[in-house]
Amino acid sequence: MTDSLIIAGKEYKSRLIVGTGKYKDFEETKLAVEASGAEIVTVAVRRVNISKSGEPMLADFLDPKKYTYLPNTAGCFTGDDAVRTLRLAREAGGWDLVKLEVLGDQKTLYPNMPETVEAAKTLISEGFQVMVYCNDDPIQAKILEDIGCCAIMPFGAPIGSGLGIQNPVGIRIIVEQANVPVLVDAGVGTASEAAQAMELGCDAVLMNTAIAEAKDPVRMARAMNHAVQAGRDAYLSGRMPKKLYADPSSPLAGLI
Amino acid sequence: MINVTINGDPHRLDSDLNLNELLRKFDIEEDNVAVEHNREIVPKSTFDRVIVTDGDNLEIVHFIGGG
Repeated sequence: MTDSLIIAGKEYKSRLIVGTGKYKDFEETKLAVEASGAEIVTVAVRRVNISKSGEPMLADFLDPKKYTYLPNTAGCFTGDDAVRTLRLAREAGGWDLVKLEVLGDQKTLYPNMPETVEAAKTLISEGFQVMVYCNDDPIQAKILEDIGCCAIMPFGAPIGSGLGIQNPVGIRIIVEQANVPVLVDAGVGTASEAAQAMELGCDAVLMNTAIAEAKDPVRMARAMNHAVQAGRDAYLSGRMPKKLYADPSSPLAGLI
Repeated sequence: MINVTINGDPHRLDSDLNLNELLRKFDIEEDNVAVEHNREIVPKSTFDRVIVTDGDNLEIVHFIGGG
């Protein structure tokens, strides 16, 4: 039985997308990504350090032919900066699939939704496939889907906070109304929270810090890999109803 | 001599040159980068035709680890 994640027409076996920031070195990045089972990795677009060119690069450790590089706009606080960044990313890599995030505040890294919507419109009109970081508001999520975003990615909690999913009801409503994949992007801190996102019906989870800042990132990556699969299976299985009182598991007939 | 700005820093170069020559000069592989020349993105296929001259502003970017 296949249960693939389909984003912008492409099929993926893994439902975990991982970031590649905050690791000790590229070797650790590589080992953690391998353990996570992820097929899509997010990457940032930054200036080349021209005085130090020739140093090892991410692509030497994570082959862009093997992994889908998902360029992000982390650090962009205006829609114009985000669009400029992703235009450069498309030229650098040749990929249309991008992650749009337009931040609104340094302290919370909450998204600026009006700027996000405008940037998404521009990018979509230029042929980009836009996976969009957004808040957990179902109305905003619907607006982003209606303008043509290929995946809706509400935060579970502030980026890098590891607080876990703060608004499961909001996430659940977004999942129920969406006709494109919904991913929890940011906020997951440990494996049970990744499973929770999947049990809410999310199509995938995107995380970076929960793995990179664990004491043993490679082991945590493996835990997240399992958690996402477990949560997905639990969601598809359909959980038992909750009851107020006990219900014995062993038959009462034949008691001595 | 020409003065250009590359990634926000001033640089002095001997003379006008095309983008391919400039990247080679700084030992940058063109496969992995994108270039903005005076705020215009330059398609890789035209790197050999775009001439960098005095006063130009260049941004050269690539992918790094990020979340």
